Amino acid sequence: MLPAATLARLVLIEARRGGLPWLAAGCIVAAGALAAFLSQLALTESRELQLSIAAAWLRASAVFLMTAHVATRTLREIDDKALEQMLALPLGRPSHYLGRLAGLAACGALLAAAFSAPLVLWASPAATALWGLSLAFELALVAAAALFFAMTLVQPVPAIAATAGLYLLARSIAALQGLAGSGPLDEASLPGQIARGAVAAIAFLLPRLDEATRTEWLLYGAPSAAAYGTAIGGLLLYGAILAAAGLFDFQRKNL
Amino acid sequence: MSGRRVPGWILGLLGAALAVQIAWQAARPPVRQAAESLPPAPRAEALRLAAFGEGPAAARLVMLYLQGFDPRAIDYARLLGWLRAALALDPPGAYPLFAAARVFAETPDPAKSRMALEFIYQEFGRDPNRRWPWLAHAALLAKHRLKDLPLARRYAAAIDRQTTSRDVPLWAKQMEVFILEDMNELEAARIVLGGLLERGDIRDPNELRFLRQRLQELEERVK
Repeated sequence: MLPAATLARLVLIEARRGGLPWLAAGCIVAAGALAAFLSQLALTESRELQLSIAAAWLRASAVFLMTAHVATRTLREIDDKALEQMLALPLGRPSHYLGRLAGLAACGALLAAAFSAPLVLWASPAATALWGLSLAFELALVAAAALFFAMTLVQPVPAIAATAGLYLLARSIAALQGLAGSGPLDEASLPGQIARGAVAAIAFLLPRLDEATRTEWLLYGAPSAAAYGTAIGGLLLYGAILAAAGLFDFQRKNL
Repeated sequence: MSGRRVPGWILGLLGAALAVQIAWQAARPPVRQAAESLPPAPRAEALRLAAFGEGPAAARLVMLYLQGFDPRAIDYARLLGWLRAALALDPPGAYPLFAAARVFAETPDPAKSRMALEFIYQEFGRDPNRRWPWLAHAALLAKHRLKDLPLARRYAAAIDRQTTSRDVPLWAKQMEVFILEDMNELEAARIVLGGLLERGDIRDPNELRFLRQRLQELEERVK
């Protein structure tokens, strides 16, 4: 696996050259400024307000940066024929794909570490570490999704839109199920049952991202080991599904 | 790095467009929330969906949004719907009950004040050991602002009956006796606030500033 490790290192070097650290620093500064501004308006719970806003902003920024970076970088390599040149190296396609994904996951871990560090200002180090670790796994999943869609769709806008759509749907699916299970849709009518069934069917195919990297962990203390394990397990499982799907597509691709 | 020379008319167009934009925005009236524009509250699940699952952040943004309205001019049925949604988004959060007790229940309109107090009483029942401080304040408001002693006693008795944690101080458990004593609003407020400060329940600097300001206003009103 040594050549795959070299490929992973190259991915990290390119992220640094591509200005990702500067963009991350900009996001951290913006989080601090937004939190400081809003806390001036709060009558109470100013620490909680700063923490919840900063955490939500940093999480969303990390996911956006990761998605855009993976999609644009992968498609540039395809357009420049750099991917074809790399495939000419004596390296199997699975090693090639997984090495690239490992580099992107490492990039996500660095981003998660950088984004969770400022939260220590407001939250306990233990809760922040758990939040940061969960964000690292979440970003690895996002990287796997963006790599899969970039390789499959071969266009930047559709790849970014598909990754963002999957992510946002996975974040919202529990709320959608809550909406479908109450109110007018709660009735035993056929349209209500169809709507609930459709939402439940979609939920079967999605990871429960609302259970991961929760702001509540920072505000009210670390989650139980079972809840944390379930959240991380869900991320790892879905990351493995996306990696396997990407590998399948990459293996059969004519490049 | 030197590039090609840019024609003057392009720079002129950029400068003129920027100047018009600034002048146009400066001429517009400042953005203010109209009191009558508080819409009906969405369901907590809809808010959670809109916030992509970030319940705690959404709850606090809802509170900042509500703070912008004048309590004297808004529909309290709608307001309480929003407060309920904010609490449902982040049940351990204190902001909705704090605002209900310290801002919205202190309105001069007795009917609106009663609505806010009843909201506090109902929500207190869901988590008495955490939410008793706001019901204690509600009991004081019922006695001194609404002059409704039975209501104040009902709230005080609820604190005694429903709280089970050892963290609830004795003075709060004995609130009913305290309500029956012949003391004015300022003395009662000082005891409650002093008790909370002594226990370290109020640590937020913004909240401390706000409560001290309210106490000062009360002192001036009682003088």
